[in-house]
This record gives sequence, structure tokens and C-alpha cells, in this order.
Amino acid sequence: MFTVLSRIVHLGFKNFWRNILVSTATVAVLTLSLFVFAGLVFANVVTQNLINYVKDKIDISVYFKINSPEDEILNIRQSLEKLPEVKSVEYISADQALEIFKASHANDPSINQSISELGTNPLEASLNVKAKDPSKYVTIAGYLDSQNLSQYIDNVSYSKNQTVIDRLASLISNVNRGGIILTIILALIAGLVMFNTIWLAIYSNRDEIGIMRVVGASNFFIRGPYIVQGIIGGALASVLSLIFLLILFLTAPLVYKNYGYFDISIPNFSLTSYFYLHLGQIFLYQLILGVLVAAVSSFVAVRRYLRN
Amino acid sequence: MIVFQNISKIYNGGSVALEDINFKVNPREFISIVGRSGAGKSTIIRLLIGEEKPSKGRIFFREYEVNKLSNSQLPAFRRHIGIVFQEFRLLPTKNAYENVAFALEVAGRPQKEIDELVPQVLDMVGLGDKMKNFPNELSGGEKQRVAIARAMVHRPELIIADEPTGNLDPFNTREIVNLLLKINELGTTLILATHDKEIINMLGKRVLTIDKGRVIRDEEKGKYILI
Repeated sequence: MFTVLSRIVHLGFKNFWRNILVSTATVAVLTLSLFVFAGLVFANVVTQNLINYVKDKIDISVYFKINSPEDEILNIRQSLEKLPEVKSVEYISADQALEIFKASHANDPSINQSISELGTNPLEASLNVKAKDPSKYVTIAGYLDSQNLSQYIDNVSYSKNQTVIDRLASLISNVNRGGIILTIILALIAGLVMFNTIWLAIYSNRDEIGIMRVVGASNFFIRGPYIVQGIIGGALASVLSLIFLLILFLTAPLVYKNYGYFDISIPNFSLTSYFYLHLGQIFLYQLILGVLVAAVSSFVAVRRYLRN
Repeated sequence: MIVFQNISKIYNGGSVALEDINFKVNPREFISIVGRSGAGKSTIIRLLIGEEKPSKGRIFFREYEVNKLSNSQLPAFRRHIGIVFQEFRLLPTKNAYENVAFALEVAGRPQKEIDELVPQVLDMVGLGDKMKNFPNELSGGEKQRVAIARAMVHRPELIIADEPTGNLDPFNTREIVNLLLKINELGTTLILATHDKEIINMLGKRVLTIDKGRVIRDEEKGKYILI
């Protein structure tokens, strides 16, 4: 068994080298396909981060009447936090609101002056509510309406911004869905291209497979070297694809002097640092994908010529 | 050693390739199967090596009932046979040495034996100095000698040669036939399918004549006669 296995591996390497033209073409296509896969992953990462960023910007504020007791507000906060749709609730007391207001108008003496002349705090306490999903704000606003809280609540910002929030919510879910569909389609195309390339390479070997059968080679012995060839091709392609990605990420900042052109500006996110941070993982996925698709394609493609 | 019992082969379209073929081959025999192109010679050989199944009848080779062998049993069965084809059928990406060694590798023979046997056999067919040449660097006669070396290197009990001289000039034809005779003298059963009158008359061995899918003559020390 060991002799057979070592012969299969040896033949696989030898055939890969002897058919260097076909091997090169196959590796080139595999590399491109893996490159496309990596591109899809990056596109998804960017989209997800962009979506999360936009999602995070959306919230609704519940403003309470000036004299509402803090206990009641905190009770409402607690009940809101228990809702499954709610991600977080932030309480801003009237005093905090005043601080924030003052800080943001620190350079405007007339406003500061008029506030101090007023003597009392004109600002209302509020709860900032963030939903897990933008489409859930309707439910949350509905909940606040249904609880008979009108004696405390002055207004809920949702009713003012409803159109914008709803539009953003549907945009986000469309981008999400469209992204997934596009990714699946492109991944399928790349997979098919890989499969087809290997299929063609083996098709050009069909006579040889027939000869091997007649000489008395078992299916295992015929198929083995082709699978080894596929594994070599897939592994090489994943290394090459990673090298191309590295070159891309290393040279892009030089080409675009202004870094921002390449690195899409989402606060707290940089594709370049994402790439370097996940370098090992990206390589591993590419390696597994390349080797698996190539080996399985070889297995299936040879099968067709092992019939008699 | 080989028995064809009431063998018929009818293709899907209804064309009859073989009809009620019966013959036996004894160990160490040299038998020629002759007939015009399309008479059914190649079909007999394809049935014998299990490339096709007969529509009717049974074929025995040693303990094997060939017509009943499954796809996975065929490789082991074929290692008892060496086959030489008209179009050589060498592996184009392997050199002469590797082509011959392949027949031993598939049988799982140890490397030491392969290193010993392959040069010996290539020497015997007169290609000791062309072991590293690839098929496209060899002449027709040389290719056929590599094919013969591959067919005999694993010491099969039977060698089948299907029109082995069909693509060769008269000089190479004689060389190949002499080689086959020599292999037969060393104890290997030989089946030769041919439509070459010269060869048959030169051999003076058993001749099985096929015409339109039927055996019309089976003679010891036969001649090539077709009406």
C-alpha cells in the first residue's frame, strides 16, 4: 500500500511537471478564481462594516416632560431593555443634556448667556434607543405608544424621522440581500470556471486514461496522480493568489498617494488592516478552497473515463 | 486456457459483429486470427480483454469468466495479459523506460524488481540505448517494440497482438513477428490478429479465419485463404 501511495504521489508531481503547459494554464485560472473569491470576501466585509456603521447612526430619542420623576424614566428604560428588538438604551438626564448642549455651543457666548439668564434648565431628559435591526423601530415606537405613557413622554423622535429611518432600513436590507445573492452567483461562476478548467485538462488526457486501463491499472492508481496534480495546482494557486493580494495591498497606497482613495473611509475600519490582521486566515481559506475544488474536480472528471 | 463458447455480439443498432463463435486456445500456443477489415477480429480481442461484453455466450480465461467481470475486477484480470495494438498506445508523457515500468508499477511490484527487469526487456527488444526517449522521438517500429516490451515485462501468460504490424514497413514487420515468435518460444501464449497474408504464410502456425462475424476455418499450420 505504501509503495502504491508513494508511486501515486511521485507520478502526480512528475505529470504536473511534464504537462507544464496545461499545468500552468490550470494554475493561472485557479489563481484568478481564488483572487475573485478573496475580492468577494473583502467586498462583503466592507459592505457589512458600512451597514453596521449606518445602522449605528440610527436611533430614536424619547423626550420626557420636564417634571417627569427620574424613577419613572428609569422604569421605562428597564422595560425597553427587556424588549427583544432593543440593542441598547442610553439615559441622558436633563443635567447631562444641558452639559452636552453647553459643550457643543461653548464658542457661542450669546447662547450661554441666555441659558444662565433663564435660571432653570429648559432641556428635557431623554432615552436614546438603538434597535438591533433598523426595521424594528416601528415596533419600539409602537410599544411606547401603547403603554399609556403620555403623561411622562413629551415626544418620540421616530415620528419625525420615520420616513428616513424606514428608507434606510429597507436600503440596508436590500444591500444585504443583494450582496449575498451577488456573492453566491459570482462564487458559483468562479467555482464552475475552476471545475471546467480541470475538466478540460483531464479531457485532454482521456486517451492516456484508456491506455492505463488496458495495461491493468486499477481505478485508484489511475485517479490518484490526477488528484495529486489537482492538489498541487490548488495549493500553488492559493499561494500565488495571496502573493497578488499582498502586492495589491502593498502597492495601492503608493499608487494613490491619498490613502483614502483605496481604503474606503468608514470610521474605525480599514480594509488594509483587516487584510493584514486576517492574513493567515485568508490564506488558509484559499488553500482549503483551492485544494478542495481542484481535488474534487479531478476526482469527478477522471471518473467519466474509467468506465471500460 | 481460453475458451470462446457460443459467442455472439450484436450492437445496439442491430448490426451483427460476431455470430456463434466457438474456439479454444491451449497454453503456449501461437494462434493467428485472420480476416478482412471489419470481419470481427478486433471485436474478439475486445471481448477477450473485457472492453466489451458479448450479447450471448461465455468466455473463459484461466479461472476467470471474462464476460462476468465487473469494472473493478478488470484491472487485476488484465495484469495476466499483455496487449499490443496497431496504434501502439504508448503513454505520450512517459519515456520508453517509464512506459514499460508502468506495467509493473500498476501491479505493485517492488522498485528493485522494476529497476532490474525494465532494462533487460528493453535490451531484448533492441532498445537498450533508447530508454530515455519519449514516444514522439521514436520511429514506428521502435514504438511497437516498446509496446511489446510493456506487454511482456510482467511475464503474462498471454500476449494479444492486434494488427501489430499494420502501421509498419515490411522490414519492421518481420522484426516484430520474429520478436513475437521468440516470446512464444519462451512459453507465452500468443494471439495475433492480422490481415497480412505474408505474415501468416511465414509463420506456419494455427490460423483461425473469420469472415462476416463467423469462424469459417480453423487449421493447424494454416495459410491465409479467403474466398
